[in-house]
Amino acid sequence: MNGLFAIYRKELADYFSSYRFVILFALIAMVSFITSYMAGISLRESLAQDPKGSRFLFLMLFSTAGARFSMIQFVAFFGPLMGLFLGFDAINRERAQGTLVKVVSQPIYRDAVINGKFLAGATVITVMIVAVVLVIAGFGLTLLGVVPEVEEILRLAVYVVISIFYISFWLGVSILFSILFRSTATSALASVAAWILFSFVIFFGASAVANAVAPVDKEGADLETVMRNVQITEAVSAFSPMVLYMNSTATIVDPKVNTTKSLVLQGPWEQLLSARFQSPLSLGQSLIVVLPYVISLVAISLICFAVSYIVFMVQEIRM
Amino acid sequence: MTATESIIKTEALSKRYNHQTAVEALSFGVEEGEIFGFLGPNGAGKTTTLLMLLGLTRPSEGTASVCGFDPQRRAMEIKRLVGYLPENVGYYGEMDAVQTLEFIADLNGMDKKDMGWRIEDVINLVGLGDSATKKVGAYSRGMKQRLGIAEVLLKNPKVLFLDEPTLGLDPDGAIRIIELIQSLNRERNITVLLSSHHLHQVQKISHRVGIMIKGKMVAEGSIDQLAREKFGVGGKEYTLEEIYLKYFQEV
Repeated sequence: MNGLFAIYRKELADYFSSYRFVILFALIAMVSFITSYMAGISLRESLAQDPKGSRFLFLMLFSTAGARFSMIQFVAFFGPLMGLFLGFDAINRERAQGTLVKVVSQPIYRDAVINGKFLAGATVITVMIVAVVLVIAGFGLTLLGVVPEVEEILRLAVYVVISIFYISFWLGVSILFSILFRSTATSALASVAAWILFSFVIFFGASAVANAVAPVDKEGADLETVMRNVQITEAVSAFSPMVLYMNSTATIVDPKVNTTKSLVLQGPWEQLLSARFQSPLSLGQSLIVVLPYVISLVAISLICFAVSYIVFMVQEIRM
Repeated sequence: MTATESIIKTEALSKRYNHQTAVEALSFGVEEGEIFGFLGPNGAGKTTTLLMLLGLTRPSEGTASVCGFDPQRRAMEIKRLVGYLPENVGYYGEMDAVQTLEFIADLNGMDKKDMGWRIEDVINLVGLGDSATKKVGAYSRGMKQRLGIAEVLLKNPKVLFLDEPTLGLDPDGAIRIIELIQSLNRERNITVLLSSHHLHQVQKISHRVGIMIKGKMVAEGSIDQLAREKFGVGGKEYTLEEIYLKYFQEV
């Protein structure tokens, strides 16, 4: 534990006193205000038409796309940028300004540097996500006048935890790039490129691969081919952290989602059941549905951090 | 080398980067309480040697020992006892001297209650008392270098590794650093491994010197011994610069 807390404290102090944090926080607070306001307005309209409404009105504040996108979609798309923004210069800036050698020549383990930085970044992410969720919740309370149920609060808590993992994954990616690249501009660009690749390009890639392996043309292929096509598309897009995140949070925040499988892949009984039983899942059942995605998300975060760790430990400190 | 156990000792220490040799079969020793002038042109492998002695770089071959510890296995103990001031050391510009030293003290696991007076102590020792609360970003080069020495003194070291501490300083600043090093050696009995290109100043304070060229230690001993070896007479008539150049031309 030598030095870990010293690094952690310093990094945290740096973050909270930096303009970077202020800009990021202002941006996110603004967007969350706007989306929750939009969602609140549209929810209020639908509530006026159907006064009984839905059972999980409070959660819908987060999942309803008011005008453009919901809060959940916003975090899925732009949360990664938050992580990247916090970590892209973690190691190479220290290297460039000549403080890295000084720090590691103190009686600390070399990994304390990278662990401390990662933990401080994850703490900042936690603070931001919790703050944003609380802002929306408070805003929604006054806008809609509904009180959240215990289950809704629990679901939100799970959502917050998954989101922290998701954004921390991207923090890990950017720290990895800050170790690999000497220049902060290069590591920033590489991080953004990775974000674009795994959040946008991969969808085209997935359908391209699927169409190459199992072509589905307009005349209508047999069911077998269609199924394979969909299966391949889903398998490839599972490499995208965003897909993992969206699949898991959609189910957590919306209890009515009871499967993440696409319709083609469901068997006849599954289709029948999900059409018959529209009642919401309990939290435990939702968790079972999303567990594979959450585990994958945690796994890729750990792999990414492990790679950074190994690279940093064997790297020459001077170069 | 004497029979007594040297505080720094290397045996056939080598470091190669992709078939390029930075340090080749280096064997030398530094006795406790001496100032050892570590000389050589840029790229001779001095910094690599220092990093190997601190356990920050893994040697390709050979062994070393610092304060009785093997840098490859017990780097933590060595880093507790050795203060290392790297060449062109950097600072967090937005911190002041006290905050910088607090961070270093924190990294060294120093007790909160001791921190205050020890920081004050080293700040006064290096003569930064007036600018202790000024941002380091606004420091002159000489002040930064003195802050660097304050940083390495904070851990109360037995040994100092100073890599070009006077590089880029004005004559006045350089002399202040050199005098500081000498007084630390005399009053606190700190062993100093001093790498510098200011041969005149090195000659003034070093007990012994070592000349490293292209990864090899070509000479080691007191200035007097080296002069006798090269010119056949005692060192009083020759400056270190003349001796150094003589060795340099021969390689």
